[in-house]
Amino acid sequence: MFAIVHKRQLSESVFEMGVHAPQIARKVRAGQFLMLRVNERGERIPLTFSDWSADEGWIRFIFMRVGKTTHLLSHLEVGDALADVVGPLGVPTHTEGLGRVAVVGGGVGTAVAYPVARAMLEAGNEVTAIVGARTKDLLILIEEFEALPLAKLMVVTDDGSAGEKGLVTAPLARLCDAGAIDHAMAIGPAIMMKFCAQTTKERGVPCTVSLNPIMVDGTGMCGACRVTVGGETKFGCVDGPDFDGHLVDFEELMSRQRVYADLEREADAEFSKECSCRL
Amino acid sequence: MPPVDETGRRRPSRAPRTPMPERDPVERAQDFDEVALGYTEEQALAEADRCIQCANPTCIAGCPVNIDIKAFIARILERDYAGGVAVIKERNALPAVCGRVCPQEEQCEAACVLSRKGEPVAIGRLERFLGDYDLACDLEHRCRVEVGQDSGRKVAVIGSGPAGLACAGELRRFGHAVTVFESLHAPGGVLTYGIPEFRLPKSIVQAEIEMLQATGVEIVTDAVVGATYTLQELMSVHGYDAAFIGVGAGLPIFLGVPGENLNGVYSANEFLTRVNLMRAYEFPKADTPVWRGRKVAVVGGGNVAMDAARTAKRLGAEQVFLVYRRSEDEMPARREEVHHAREEGIEFKMLCSPQEVLGRDGWVTGMVVTRMELGEPDESGRRAPVCVVGSEHTIECDTVVVAVGTRANPLLTTATPGLEVSSRGYILTDEDGATSIPGVFAGGDIVTGAATVILAMGAGKRAARAIDRYLRDSS
Repeated sequence: MFAIVHKRQLSESVFEMGVHAPQIARKVRAGQFLMLRVNERGERIPLTFSDWSADEGWIRFIFMRVGKTTHLLSHLEVGDALADVVGPLGVPTHTEGLGRVAVVGGGVGTAVAYPVARAMLEAGNEVTAIVGARTKDLLILIEEFEALPLAKLMVVTDDGSAGEKGLVTAPLARLCDAGAIDHAMAIGPAIMMKFCAQTTKERGVPCTVSLNPIMVDGTGMCGACRVTVGGETKFGCVDGPDFDGHLVDFEELMSRQRVYADLEREADAEFSKECSCRL
Repeated sequence: MPPVDETGRRRPSRAPRTPMPERDPVERAQDFDEVALGYTEEQALAEADRCIQCANPTCIAGCPVNIDIKAFIARILERDYAGGVAVIKERNALPAVCGRVCPQEEQCEAACVLSRKGEPVAIGRLERFLGDYDLACDLEHRCRVEVGQDSGRKVAVIGSGPAGLACAGELRRFGHAVTVFESLHAPGGVLTYGIPEFRLPKSIVQAEIEMLQATGVEIVTDAVVGATYTLQELMSVHGYDAAFIGVGAGLPIFLGVPGENLNGVYSANEFLTRVNLMRAYEFPKADTPVWRGRKVAVVGGGNVAMDAARTAKRLGAEQVFLVYRRSEDEMPARREEVHHAREEGIEFKMLCSPQEVLGRDGWVTGMVVTRMELGEPDESGRRAPVCVVGSEHTIECDTVVVAVGTRANPLLTTATPGLEVSSRGYILTDEDGATSIPGVFAGGDIVTGAATVILAMGAGKRAARAIDRYLRDSS
């Protein structure tokens, strides 16, 4: 069992959770993910590390309350425990010698963009961060980004309730057009990463994306997370989660992410009968 | 008591092989309960009585771990079942598992003297009888393998599948402390995630593992060696004096045909893991979903393909096709499993090779296959399938399960500098399992490529003996 040592609500449906896991905390590098299981009947879900402390022996992740598992998670408090936490999995984000980098975080993907931006800075790159969300209340980790020695922080919301109104691709395009960046790293919903990849490709700027396909084991065993990259099938868990955004088949990724949509609604419906929080 | 002749010698029974009681195919294909019910005491006695107790038994050499088969059958005849269990446990820590899943027809039973003129003694079923007898006792009364005197040495076993468990059990007999590291949340490896409940109940696997734990084997789950720990770190920081790698060949092989990433295409690994390990057949009571196809095409001809096809049937499929590119004679699956699959209504489409998976809106709608003919034997000795030109046709289906084998998982090997592997990623060892790193041994599928439970157990045991020698020599 893994004791929960931290919990913070970042927005109405987004939570940050910290777990005592000293062995994992010693190993994590930015861009890697963990698999967790809430309880004995639970499913295994992948979540990317948002922060960790090797000295204090904890790891953190951020999740959005969308389905049964994340609902169960959101009900747990400090002092409760998770049945399983496994990691760190996946190849760490490549950070060395990239130069001037734009790190784009959209929605809950911002949770991954934060440690990636930090690691990019530690590796000696110049980092501009673009953080976006649908609306002001859904923006997360802004203070944390502000505390980093960034070249610039650009905030974007779909409705203009904070920062620039529009999509993250607008400031990204401007940075590319101004010749201000050598590399982009986009982390967020698949549709956002697709358009970031497209924006950068048109402007000849390399773009790494951090994919979030469905996984079962997270160690290469099941192949649920297969993605097509440059016409080849890759496993998100062991070959990724980072890939060259210009080569990813995003339509396939988005289709594969919806495989269990109907079944998940069924599980949700069952669950909401038992759980008053959703009424 | 068995009849004796005038000289006082026992006269073995000439009765035909005692059939295994099994559940009705129609009924059993509705649920996940075990198919083969096991011998009753009476049936076990009748079958044991067929054994002629050869002066020079050949069956023992047919067993990859050389169980003293003659002796355990003699104990059954004496109704000393606990004694029979003890005989098996001298050699094999998991009798209830092996009695169910070993391919006895190719091993001990193929070597049985009776098989020359008729049907061999049903050694596997008798092993299962004893294994189940043992597990039916409460924990204190089960056969407990004697643990060697504490050697003060510590061994890390990586992977809790058949190879790792056999190695761990053997190491305890030598008195070494053993920690088994398992990457999933439950131990057992393929016994837990791969082989379905209806063929190998998980309660049996769990009970056999508990017995190992009772001898002092420590199991750490959620530990991915190569990620959570490195092998070097286990040896240098955590104080392990030696290590055994038994991580299996866990990466699924796909067909490499167009349409294979459509929704509804599963690797057998994913399909079986969702159902067995994650208990998706109980969804939504268990949280992991599985797509329940109406028409399911399973590609492959091995035991895993049979397991996947029979699982699909139990999930409610109206039609399940088994698509195999050779003929039934070449199928690597056990005859018994093929027979069970047929009984349960799996439709065999032999000599068919998949060319493309068809889809609409991202979902599988069918699979294009080409008819094959058998040509000259290939390197495996089996007749190689050759395409019949112009024979393409479509099998209508909404789900495809690919069960054409697995390959080496590079997760641990690539994180372990100095560990030599073959061009296909399998660990190179000498015949005792010693790898290129001193004190590090390996065995099972990660060395040989995908094979059987008992061969992996044999490799684990051999490596345990080599580890014991290594530890003695280095002390």
